[in-house]
Amino acid sequence: MSAKNEILGRIREALREPAPVPGHHGDHGKAQLHASAEFSQWLPAVGEDLASQLDLFAKNSADLKTEFHLLASREEFAPRLRELAQQNNWKRVATHSGALTDMAVPAIGLPTLKTDAGYEVNAMEQCDAGITECDALVAQTGSILITSRSAGGRALSVLPPHHVVLVTRAQMVPDLAAAYVVVREKHGDKFPSFISFITGPSRTGDIERILVLGAHGPKRLTVFCC
Amino acid sequence: MNTPVEQFREDATRVAADEQHRRLIQGALGKYYVARDRQVGRFQDWQSARQAAAETKWEAVNHLDQHLVSFAEKLEARGGKVFWANNSAEARDYILKICREKKARCIVKSKAMTAEEIHLNAALEKDGYEVVESDLGEYIVQLRKEAPYHFVFPAMHLSRGDIRELFDREIGNVKSDNPEDLTMVARRVLRKKYCEADIGISGANFAIAETGMISITENEGNARLTTSLPRVHIAVMGIEKVLPRLEDLALFLPMLGTAGAGQAITCYNSMIGGPRQPGECDGPEEFHVVLLDNHRTRLLADPEQRDALHCIRCGACLNVCPIFKNIGGHSYGTTYQGPIGSVITPHFRGLQDWKHLSNASSLCGACTSACPVKIDIHHHLLHNRRNAATQKPRWWEKLAYKIAAGVLNWPEFYAFATAVGRVMQKFHPLVKGSVLDPARAWTKTRELPQVAPQSFRDYWRARERKP
Repeated sequence: MSAKNEILGRIREALREPAPVPGHHGDHGKAQLHASAEFSQWLPAVGEDLASQLDLFAKNSADLKTEFHLLASREEFAPRLRELAQQNNWKRVATHSGALTDMAVPAIGLPTLKTDAGYEVNAMEQCDAGITECDALVAQTGSILITSRSAGGRALSVLPPHHVVLVTRAQMVPDLAAAYVVVREKHGDKFPSFISFITGPSRTGDIERILVLGAHGPKRLTVFCC
Repeated sequence: MNTPVEQFREDATRVAADEQHRRLIQGALGKYYVARDRQVGRFQDWQSARQAAAETKWEAVNHLDQHLVSFAEKLEARGGKVFWANNSAEARDYILKICREKKARCIVKSKAMTAEEIHLNAALEKDGYEVVESDLGEYIVQLRKEAPYHFVFPAMHLSRGDIRELFDREIGNVKSDNPEDLTMVARRVLRKKYCEADIGISGANFAIAETGMISITENEGNARLTTSLPRVHIAVMGIEKVLPRLEDLALFLPMLGTAGAGQAITCYNSMIGGPRQPGECDGPEEFHVVLLDNHRTRLLADPEQRDALHCIRCGACLNVCPIFKNIGGHSYGTTYQGPIGSVITPHFRGLQDWKHLSNASSLCGACTSACPVKIDIHHHLLHNRRNAATQKPRWWEKLAYKIAAGVLNWPEFYAFATAVGRVMQKFHPLVKGSVLDPARAWTKTRELPQVAPQSFRDYWRARERKP
């Protein structure tokens, strides 16, 4: 008999006797799988309109040390990116093809590694910044939703020391449940192999619980939102 | 070789008297309490969220067979490989086989308590592989050749000075003890490893039955690098980690971050549903998930304590436990420390050898009220005590209770015994704490309660006699 059948057999044997449902003081009660629409009444509050969600995202970003910039239009992406490149003395950057990145990244005028057709890991490691798009911004938590398809693969948003995200206001969603809806609408059940919520620059508190940014991932996270 | 209980007594006594340990733990946990309370306060209804999370885990664990089958089917359909392991040895052998087949040289690991549980590093190193822990705290304890102190904060017991000294000795030329500088030292060393490694090994915080994904929660980015760059990714997880639906994470990720570290959500929460898919530019060619039983089904077969399998390993019960704070994580001698470790270890490794952990509790219930999935932890400690005594009664314990019951049921003798006690306690200071003291186990570190100068019965009788 295979280990799979042995384990499943033991599980089925074990489950023949029912267990009490939590919170019912020993009486069996009934467990309920709550619809994700219900979560929002318990989780931290989020406003309904875009303006309050942008405000909340900005406030969360400040707490998380994400550099969040609201731009007036997409024409501002290129100059703001150029400015950031000059201030930080970038020598080379990495990015992927996309409506927003194609518009803005060439304007920096630096050697650019593109991940679309595969790349050399050591070459990406040499880049000063990774510039990506994303699938959604999550107001409730200040998170950025990326997938291996929307953000140029798995490593582009974590290997270079500075991650820059280009995003539009229309991509704001109130909470994580809404972010999953975005993924499902885009991909049906053909999910990308990698989906991630990025919430601030990489951090650790492993030494005396003192916050240090840039543990293994990016030290800085900049979001340009138009 | 000490038995677990002897080792526990020895270590607990030593650590409880260690003032540097006390200072470090209180400093670290003080910051945790402030952050956690702030995040819990941002929830509109933390208690209802706990109840919903508890019910979701109840559903997952009480239909575990269906969820695991669905998880495996979905993942296999996308090119992932699922290996079912009855025990540690099967899990280790499978991972070693992959390493041999891939002719691996360097293996990079992100934090996985299941890997600690099956002693994976020792097995890999014995076969000549270089294994590097990439989580900063795990890297530190790996260099010190010791076990994690706390399953969420592995190096909580060390000061920046200890870590500077360690890095200076093991890596070389580390002069500053600033936490930022120390973190950057580790960052530089580990960066090279991610790029070189052939195999990345991780754990999993959740497995999604509906979509066949694992979810990994972290702050540093080391798990993302470990699961992105090497050619092969192996995830080791306990069978109880399933959640029914992808959307359940919308509740569990904020709760895990809040209860575990006082963060609204941790920095990176990544869902991985297979190896690199067609049209993707990176990610491993192979993705293996090892589903580990290792006696979890034994705990599952106990309906009274089955909810201990709801645990999401946030560590909140350790952080609030007065015993943990005094004796520290290493004294437990287990992979999973603190109250939840005391509950589950006897099921995993034998009740009689590990029952002492269930006695190391003040039964204050802080663990139960901190648990985000409402596991009845402190009652399970009582259940373990009862089960241990039923399974293997001790004659002298039974006799002692029989005598006590006799005395309490015989009022005249009880009054006489108290009167004797009242006299004898005057002489107690002469022997207190010494080998002649009959109450030595208690009085070594504590005061014995005094017998009242007048019993209530005497007081009442005297009061009635007054006009």
